[in-house]
Amino acid sequence: MNITVNGEQRSASNGTTISQLLDELQIPQTRVAVEINLEIAPKATYGQRTLQDGDRIEIVHFVGGG
Amino acid sequence: MAPGKLTIAGREFNSRLMVGTGKYATNEQMVAALEASGAEIITVAVRRVNLAEMGKGCMLDFIDPKKYTLLPNTAACYTAEDAIRTCRLAREAGLSDMVKLEVLGDEKTLFPDNEELLKAAKVLVAEGFTVLPYCSDDVILCKKLEQLGCAAVMPLAAPIGSGLGIRNPYNLKIIMEAVSVPVIVDAGVGTASDAALAMELGCDGILMNTAIAGAKDPIAMARAMKLGVEAGRLAFEAGRIPKKLYATASSPLTDIIGS
Repeated sequence: MNITVNGEQRSASNGTTISQLLDELQIPQTRVAVEINLEIAPKATYGQRTLQDGDRIEIVHFVGGG
Repeated sequence: MAPGKLTIAGREFNSRLMVGTGKYATNEQMVAALEASGAEIITVAVRRVNLAEMGKGCMLDFIDPKKYTLLPNTAACYTAEDAIRTCRLAREAGLSDMVKLEVLGDEKTLFPDNEELLKAAKVLVAEGFTVLPYCSDDVILCKKLEQLGCAAVMPLAAPIGSGLGIRNPYNLKIIMEAVSVPVIVDAGVGTASDAALAMELGCDGILMNTAIAGAKDPIAMARAMKLGVEAGRLAFEAGRIPKKLYATASSPLTDIIGS
């Protein structure tokens, strides 16, 4: 299936969870937030929530700012 | 004697100086500047994870979460909708309800869009956020933000990053009289005397980034700002003498030699 992560098209295997995606991208789960189709995915759901074809995913974190 | 504490939404802070974490040459320099500033609240921005650069570590790896309260901002948001979305993401990422809400109106001035700001503040307060809004130095606006339930108001001293200093001390004075939440000057200061002046006026705190990060020696400037804020606050608490046009002698006027 195809998903969009932070504006980039990617392919992912069916049944991929948020946790698996983050692991694959080498993104530590602490201090990030994940939004799927404009809805925030609570951290507690990362292990169970599976991604669907066409999902638009935003993964954000904190950077320097004023 | 140390200056009194700053209380925001029931939380006490010893330092009245809040600093940003942007624009430093290196993370090491940022850490040293934060340390020198004595700040307990530091602002951060919320951005997409750069997928190409993962594994290189991020800026938060350098910051001790026990030492600092992170204050995520909504920089670069131009609508209430974007700012609200950013705050929700920040809460999920950082597990804290405190946000620096800014909704900008224009890229050239980075002045706030106060109409959108009010809209966003209303929604965020209802969602349980502790909202610290960056706003114009307008007393009516600040009163509205307070009425909506914002935990402080953060009027600008001058445009963000301009270093112009406290452009309208009288407006700040009026705001301080009109609201009972903390008044925190946000943006526009250039040097330590600007910070001292804001505090001498009675502002509860001051937030800055460029004035420190953009200085030739950011670590020295961070310390200068810390001292400026402390000196200004102490002077405010001490109660300055009134200004007068003519002299008053400091030495006794009696028993003068030859009289």
